[in-house]
Amino acid sequence: MSTVVVLAVTGLGLGALYFLIASGLSLIFGLMRVLNFAHGAVLGVGAYLGWWASVHVGGPATARMLVAVAAGTVGSAVLAAVVELLLVRPLYEREVAQVLVTVGLALAIVALLSGIWGTDPKVYPVPSWMTDTSSVAGALIPHGRVVTVLVGLAVLGLFVLFLRRTRYGLVVRAGVENRAMVTALGIDVRRAFTLVFTLGGAAAGLAGALAGVYFGSVTPGLGSSLLIYAFIVVVIGGLGSVPGSALAAAVVGLVQQFTNYYAASGIGDLSVVLLLAVVLLVRPQGLLGRAL
Amino acid sequence: MTGAPVTGARETGGEVTAEPVLRLSDVQVRIAGSQILHGVSFDVAPTGVTALLGRNGVGKTTTLLAVMGLRPRTGSVRLDGESLDGLPTHRIVRRGVGYVPEDREVFAGLTVAENLRLAERGTAEPRYDPVFELFPDLRTRLRQQAGTLSGGQQQMVALARVLLAENRLLLVDEPTKGLAPQVVGEVARVLERVAETVPVLLVEQNLGVVGRLARRAVVLNQGRVVHDGDATALLEDGALTRRLLGVSAETGARK
Repeated sequence: MSTVVVLAVTGLGLGALYFLIASGLSLIFGLMRVLNFAHGAVLGVGAYLGWWASVHVGGPATARMLVAVAAGTVGSAVLAAVVELLLVRPLYEREVAQVLVTVGLALAIVALLSGIWGTDPKVYPVPSWMTDTSSVAGALIPHGRVVTVLVGLAVLGLFVLFLRRTRYGLVVRAGVENRAMVTALGIDVRRAFTLVFTLGGAAAGLAGALAGVYFGSVTPGLGSSLLIYAFIVVVIGGLGSVPGSALAAAVVGLVQQFTNYYAASGIGDLSVVLLLAVVLLVRPQGLLGRAL
Repeated sequence: MTGAPVTGARETGGEVTAEPVLRLSDVQVRIAGSQILHGVSFDVAPTGVTALLGRNGVGKTTTLLAVMGLRPRTGSVRLDGESLDGLPTHRIVRRGVGYVPEDREVFAGLTVAENLRLAERGTAEPRYDPVFELFPDLRTRLRQQAGTLSGGQQQMVALARVLLAENRLLLVDEPTKGLAPQVVGEVARVLERVAETVPVLLVEQNLGVVGRLARRAVVLNQGRVVHDGDATALLEDGALTRRLLGVSAETGARK
């Protein structure tokens, strides 16, 4: 029983990271029809900015961790906004060119991170209370796992509030359904593009810093390895659906953890791909996606 | 039919003395290597309904999309003499062009209220009272998902969306398509009232509706204007109607 609880919490923690990446990816694709391959690199920049900031401020580990998270979130948001305005927007309505730009940018950013800081893992400030454990149903649960899950839930709540309660959220939901009709009602949908890119970037930066805390360190390739799972989560959850991404992220995280433990290490990744195949066969629009 | 002469030329059609609200000159649209519009030119009268007619696939919807900036085009489009060339779609709308697309295109996943809220242009107070007066049914369905409405109700939402704002011109694409006869009458009644205050360019297959609403008719064939003149005169000329539209006004009205 205790093993199951540990695996569940670990899987959900991993799922929370996947969700933070996938939510932005899903909205960007849903609204703009652009698969943003640079999303993982944006996460990497957030992770490194967070680490860099934490090295340059003093104080207790908790404060340094919070600085890292804030710096990663803000830094990635700014980067994503600049990328949208300077690289993606000039290629408006040329979606293949937009995707190619994001691929090139992803390669360039990873090379840049390696060039500046090398490829060795950078150790993140993790306060001891995060690695301490509490006993839940006989299982020893590291607090950091629970914090990650809570942050994921909080971001889900914020995204849902944004989508349900704000004018721009309404524009985004409508744009995911029918972008041309949104412009035909007199709305400049490109502003929503910048906003979605920025929010997605913020969530990715947050994921980068949290991944640093979760895994204890970051490397330049962190973003690209997480991005693959995020893409799978987006497709399973349904393109353009944030709640779908949340659900799929939890499922993928759990499946990965449980199969890695009960089958064999490495089977987790395979099982996720199998899960993707099953969903595509049975429900091609994804768990909460709308039929295209 | 390619290269057929324009019948019922403008001077015989009479009455267009005031400046047109919309003037298309040599509008051409090419999509994926095939020419859809071959230099379309016509005027939309500053009052009442101008019908844009023709068989299926002759470029009526493409003409509206081109005016809205939703299809790349060459040539010139002028609204009250001001050029709309090169403007993005949302700016064309904000100049005062309301667009009701073919198949209504309501946002199925949003509620009726959300569909309407999206259409508020933020420049003037949205005119909900006159809209609810025209469509009393919508007031009771504000919280319903637009995708669960009937075709007629969805058409009401699509019309209500443009009527919330002040427009100088409405482009309405096949508003009665696929609707029950009783609902067709309802839509026609609404358009008749709307056209009292704002000029309408109407694409419509139901010639009964055209006869009731339109004063002028422009007919397209294979991406070209082949007739431009008085609507009633066109519909009363059975042979001409059959030749241009492949259907006579009588059978069209009974549909």
